[in-house]
Amino acid sequence: MFGTPWGRAWRKAEPKSHYDVVIIGGGGHGLATAFHLARDHGVRNIAVIEKGWLGGGNTGRNTTVVRSDYYYTTSSRFFDRSVKLYETLSKTLNFNIMFSQRGILNVFHHRDDRAGWLRLVNAMQLNGVNAELLDREQTLAYCPILNADPNARFPIQGAFLQEEGGTVRHDAVAWGYARAADAMGVDIIEECEVRAISRSANGNISGLTTTRGDISTGKVAVMAASGSDRLCEMAGFRLPVSHLTLQAFVSEPLKPVLDCVVASSGTGVYLSQSDKGGIVAGGSTDVFTSFARRGNFGTMESVLSGIVDFIPQFSRLKLLRQWSGTVDYTYDSSPIMGLSPVPGLYLNCCWGGGGFKAIPAGGETMAATIANDAPHSLIEAFSIDRFRTGALVDEAAAAGIEH
Amino acid sequence: MMQLRCPYCGERDETEFRFGGPAAIIRPGPPEQVSDEAWADFLYQMNNEAGWQAERWCHVGGCGSWFHIWRHTLTHDVSQPTLVGRPMAERPVE
Repeated sequence: MFGTPWGRAWRKAEPKSHYDVVIIGGGGHGLATAFHLARDHGVRNIAVIEKGWLGGGNTGRNTTVVRSDYYYTTSSRFFDRSVKLYETLSKTLNFNIMFSQRGILNVFHHRDDRAGWLRLVNAMQLNGVNAELLDREQTLAYCPILNADPNARFPIQGAFLQEEGGTVRHDAVAWGYARAADAMGVDIIEECEVRAISRSANGNISGLTTTRGDISTGKVAVMAASGSDRLCEMAGFRLPVSHLTLQAFVSEPLKPVLDCVVASSGTGVYLSQSDKGGIVAGGSTDVFTSFARRGNFGTMESVLSGIVDFIPQFSRLKLLRQWSGTVDYTYDSSPIMGLSPVPGLYLNCCWGGGGFKAIPAGGETMAATIANDAPHSLIEAFSIDRFRTGALVDEAAAAGIEH
Repeated sequence: MMQLRCPYCGERDETEFRFGGPAAIIRPGPPEQVSDEAWADFLYQMNNEAGWQAERWCHVGGCGSWFHIWRHTLTHDVSQPTLVGRPMAERPVE
């Protein structure tokens, strides 16, 4: 109606019989890894295979928050690298990912919470990440819509602020990486599910059986979020992981009312306003193991009541949508990245509720890991070996809520 | 809302219960004979079934008793409960 319609951003590729690298999982991490393998390491014969549709898993289901408020130096270096890469990603991909560094305000409601956040702020500053602690007045000045009632169930005592944090247009990240990878010859194959992983006599990965035919390859990267553990079982080992449901909500569009990301340490809820005006919100995971991919009413009720306590004006907001994803958590809530017990099989999974913010750094480090067959220095600590050695990266308490 | 059956109080909403994790995990021993691999498995390998999973729950908002059930992690169907300390029911058939 207005000139020529938009063309396809990437080819609809047919699977070839052989690839140098096959990445299982066409979400952010898989596509970013393909992009960096092609651009930085000269590997061009790559397939990204995806069971469903591109970016249709947790990449398209998360609440788009990007931040690097981590306690341990190992996590901090990795996640801050990711924020830095996000800052220039629109230019890198020539695709507007709409990274809005609007600041993340983590509100606390008790002086004992303050001590914990102060510890985190100090750790972040020592790690070279910008962070500051605000008192009650500064918090309410930064985000005036919060419940200022001193007699609230969760009265506001202060907050910790990461100004570099913000939100990203999540689909654009998948689409941008897909288009850029495709332009360098990467085959992106949707609706292609892995049925078996085969190994040669010496134990190396030798190929895959998929719903769209057999593919021979010496290198397979498992980046399938909650599907990863069953893929690893096909290859002959287990992942130390537990599946939970994480819900998210979006409201009807409003005029601009909330110009930062705000989270409550008392109720676990976090909110931001999208560029379309909808209030995007989430909270804690559902409390029991589930593969059902639908949220339970108990958690839904506690998230929504937390929102109303936090910002009473939102009590009459109508929700447009509620959805959930299956998140895969390890014992220490840190991801599993790097080599695996099977030669030729690489892991980038178990992100729990926090994989989206890690996409650019995940792609960059995993591409180097796959190309060199040795873990990139930023991800050495996230090796699956830590569940044998006990050298955990226990960010569960430090990184706040669903991270 | 998922419904669970407490052995004493009967069917109640999930919000009255606390999830106690997977059941039927046996601690290997004696300690001096346990290999590092077996111990790491015991510590970190979580039961994570896409299907019927043996679980421990507590009726915290009611009588406070701990019990075992089989729960289907895809459909959220649950089996009859058995009190902790009693033999668990057989795994339900699909």
